Amino acid sequence: MPAEALLELKGVKTFFRVGRGLLKAVNGVDMAIRQGETVGLVGESGCGKSTLGRTIMRLHRPESGQVLFKGRDVWSYGRPERKQYAKEVQMIFQDPSASLDPLMVIHDCVSEGLRIHGARSKSERYERAVELLGTVGLSKEHANRFPHEFSGGQRQRVGIARALALRPELIVCDEPISALDVSIQAQIVNLLKKLQVEMGLAYLFITHDLSMVRQIADRIAVMYLGSIMEMAPSGRLYARHRHPYTEALLSAIPIADPDVEAKRRRILLAGDVASPVGLGSECGFRKRCPRATELCGRERPALAEVEPGHFVACHRLGGQAPNPNPNGAG
Amino acid sequence: MAGKTSRHIAHSGQAYMEYGKGMAGRHRPMGSMDKDAKNEYMPDDFEPAHGERFAAGAPLRGRASYLGDVRRAFGKNKVAVASLILMGAMIFFVLFGPMMVRFDYYSNDYDVINQPPDGVHWFGTDTLGRDLWARVWVGGRVSLLIAILGTVFPEVIGLIVGGVSGYVGGRADMAIMRAIDVLMGIPSLIYMILLMLVLGSGNIATMVIAISITGWMGSARATRGLVLQLKNQDFVTAGEALGGSPAWIIFRHLIPNTMGIRVVGITMSIPGVIFYEAFLSYIGLGVAPPNPSWGQLIKAAAEQFRYYPYQFAVPCLFIGLAMLCFNLIGDGLRDALDPKLRD
Repeated sequence: MPAEALLELKGVKTFFRVGRGLLKAVNGVDMAIRQGETVGLVGESGCGKSTLGRTIMRLHRPESGQVLFKGRDVWSYGRPERKQYAKEVQMIFQDPSASLDPLMVIHDCVSEGLRIHGARSKSERYERAVELLGTVGLSKEHANRFPHEFSGGQRQRVGIARALALRPELIVCDEPISALDVSIQAQIVNLLKKLQVEMGLAYLFITHDLSMVRQIADRIAVMYLGSIMEMAPSGRLYARHRHPYTEALLSAIPIADPDVEAKRRRILLAGDVASPVGLGSECGFRKRCPRATELCGRERPALAEVEPGHFVACHRLGGQAPNPNPNGAG
Repeated sequence: MAGKTSRHIAHSGQAYMEYGKGMAGRHRPMGSMDKDAKNEYMPDDFEPAHGERFAAGAPLRGRASYLGDVRRAFGKNKVAVASLILMGAMIFFVLFGPMMVRFDYYSNDYDVINQPPDGVHWFGTDTLGRDLWARVWVGGRVSLLIAILGTVFPEVIGLIVGGVSGYVGGRADMAIMRAIDVLMGIPSLIYMILLMLVLGSGNIATMVIAISITGWMGSARATRGLVLQLKNQDFVTAGEALGGSPAWIIFRHLIPNTMGIRVVGITMSIPGVIFYEAFLSYIGLGVAPPNPSWGQLIKAAAEQFRYYPYQFAVPCLFIGLAMLCFNLIGDGLRDALDPKLRD
């Protein structure tokens, strides 16, 4: 695996001004995505994972911190570079029915990016759209229909074709499967895996589906209240997680065997997620954490590398010194 | 177009068949009643796709374009098509009607004042002995021209201002909306009178400009509201993510998606403009006599409609018909513009 990161986030904070104060949706995230790799980003609703994805897409400007693509801050881009960035980083959306313009025929939806990025002729765009539809498992006769004539899974395929049209290197998948049936979810995940192999794509796979993310992600980052709590290679995260939140989260995965399921040990967290508005400098998980101490209320734990490639943000892990470079080798 | 053949799709050596929602009973040769009731399809309800295109695996339905589909869907709406034809006929008479008679619209003939319709004066004559057939159609030119231009111009301005304001948001939106609030507080008659001073009164251009200056604000507000609803949808975000400029997003995604709703408002505002023109003519700010307009004809006839009701009825009938046609066309357009309401 090349050490060079395709995309690197350094202390990214994305805040929104709301009536009562500052909503800290993303509160200091460090992360790196390498070429051809899938990073899963899991967390419950409202933890800031979609905001993080949109910050990467340049749709939200971070309050502080940097989004580096191939070593350059994407917010330092001029106009032509911004357009170029759109070619390299694309996005797939959660709700396949809202992500396609209802007035556009499918081949126009798919080839919209081509049209934005240069004066390809109409028939050329059409040919390319049909080709892309073939790549995602749709065919020529779908090209002339409108989005509402498709099922959710088919629409999601169209969304994927649209994202592929510009031959990106990274695709931010914002909960691409959570609006789909379980059987369709597997199809889409398999399609994404296939495309990754064929085109060398990197994915940031945002989801709250813990069993599905395991199928696709090389590494998984667990997010809580705007911060990354734990990040590790997938197998390791499921087997040897260290953070109390990850533990609680993973214990919530249902098991398909009823006998095992009945004996499953669940960790139930007390209370609700704290408000991301007016968050101070404490550990966001402190109030629900069984291991919280007085220190957790004073200081936010930094993401530290406890073992190569395994990062945890918690004060109660013992001895490890905080690692100043959490994006190191993994 | 959505008939039997077009729905059949030839695909890799196998004939797939699809059935449109409304196919039962509508596109089939009449079957027995219970077959219709049970919604069953018989083998001979389908014809196999074959021939060259079948071998090529090409869809039998042609490549769709948005406008092509709109036209097709509009064509299926009989009421709207009838309205369109009626409107076409009115436009024809407005253009050529005055040439069909030997009278012009301004010459008096005091021998035949207030004459009811007959073989010579088809719509009769007015109090000054002018031929009403000629006057009604010439008046229709003024009324329809002002109605259409006075609707289209403000709507275009409103769509652009509202689209930009809603999409850009923030301070620009705030500034534009407050400016509109202030401008809307000024009665439109003040603009009218001031413009008359500058541009000269009584011509169509002045009236269209005056109506545009006051009319765009309502349309801008409505468009902005619709854009605010639309701009957070994922397809707009997707357009941004693909590198689309604000202009691309506004003109490709936002404005087309507001059109389906706006078009009804647009066609409904045409009658309002016709009446506004009539009102302006009434207070002496409209087209100047002897040039007629439907509003002016009604006003002139209203003074004595008890004695000469035909003078009053004829222009009223045409204003009514024009309004009805525009409304029904608007209705049909709204349905046709929205792909979800088609089929």
